[in-house]
Amino acid sequence: MNLKNKWPEYYKKDVISHYCPGCGHGIAHRLVSEVLEDLDIGGKAVLVNPAGCAVLAYLYFDFDVLESAHGRGTAMATGIKRANPDLFVISYQGDGDLAAIGTAETIHSANRGENITVIFINNAVYGMTGGQMAPTTLLGQKTTTSVAGRNPAFEGYPLHITDLLATLPGVVYAERTALDGPAGIVKTKKAITNAFQSQIDGLGYSIIEILSPCPTNWKKSPVDSFKWIKEEMTKEFPVGVLTDKRKKYKEEKIAV
Amino acid sequence: MAKTKNTYTVTTRSESCKGCGLCIEYCKSGKLAFSKKLNKMGYFYAEPVQDKECTGCMSCTLVCPDLVIEVYDG
Ligand SMILES: Cc1ncc(C[n+]2csc(CCOP(=O)(O)OP(=O)(O)O)c2C)c(N)n1
Ligand code: SF4
Repeated sequence: MNLKNKWPEYYKKDVISHYCPGCGHGIAHRLVSEVLEDLDIGGKAVLVNPAGCAVLAYLYFDFDVLESAHGRGTAMATGIKRANPDLFVISYQGDGDLAAIGTAETIHSANRGENITVIFINNAVYGMTGGQMAPTTLLGQKTTTSVAGRNPAFEGYPLHITDLLATLPGVVYAERTALDGPAGIVKTKKAITNAFQSQIDGLGYSIIEILSPCPTNWKKSPVDSFKWIKEEMTKEFPVGVLTDKRKKYKEEKIAV
Repeated sequence: MAKTKNTYTVTTRSESCKGCGLCIEYCKSGKLAFSKKLNKMGYFYAEPVQDKECTGCMSCTLVCPDLVIEVYDG
């Protein structure tokens, strides 16, 4: 008998993650590990951890992982990549981390076109701290700090940060995908592969925004959380490629 | 010659399953179901159903956040 889904080489064996049942972080971790193995770059990979539920990701990834201050992942990733351009550098961040406290670092690293890849987990809340409203919280969505539902007159509109970043020349590849079923997960893996390949080719900043379930703070079952992403979240945040300048930059030889 | 049908075997690491139920929802052939017993973490885990046949579509392994499921050829 031949095992069809062998354990990813860069994911630690026999650990049980601290993530809640049905949390998207586990799926995203597996995909990152699988793509590192597929592209044969795990040996030189460094991942920068966020503050957020993924703060303990170093317990699960079986390659180098460093911890950043809240929101400063891409500043740290910049330093790592510039000091040692041969390393493959990933910044893994949540929506609170990337689009609230770390907005300045996020925008400027993208604008500088740093040759790094950002895995952006958008679960529309602050998961770790108990489900507070995030910049990406949907209109009408109830959280512990928007108890009557997010009201634009009071709390503003959901922030489409990846769409903003996609307008910058430094951003070579940006795509939004959704963990909303097997097909969405296959698409997410393809998107991560495209982003990682852009970094290997030295084309600049790449980001994959992954709409990801947080069943605990959404107060939904994991199955209903997948459905909520498909039916509600993708209405506000449509999936698809937001910018793809790979061909152009390869021809212009903008490579870093 | 008639093509022989592929068969697959499904096993689960029941002690690392958190009972989220995603695999059970996305398995089209009903090969996975919740256990009657709790595991050490206190979850009703996903387990293969004896008399159902796996089609090898791998949907369960795609949606599982905890790498619980193994699918074998044969
Ligand atoms: C400087 C600083 N301010 C506040 C916090 C508290 N804090 C920890 S995680 C977090 C938000 C995390 O939300 P998100 O980035 O969406 O990640 P998730 O937990 O949802 O994966 C906050 C505010 C902190 N750790 N450090
Ligand atoms: S609180 Fe949400 S994001 Fe954090 S581990 Fe639980 S499900 Fe995942």
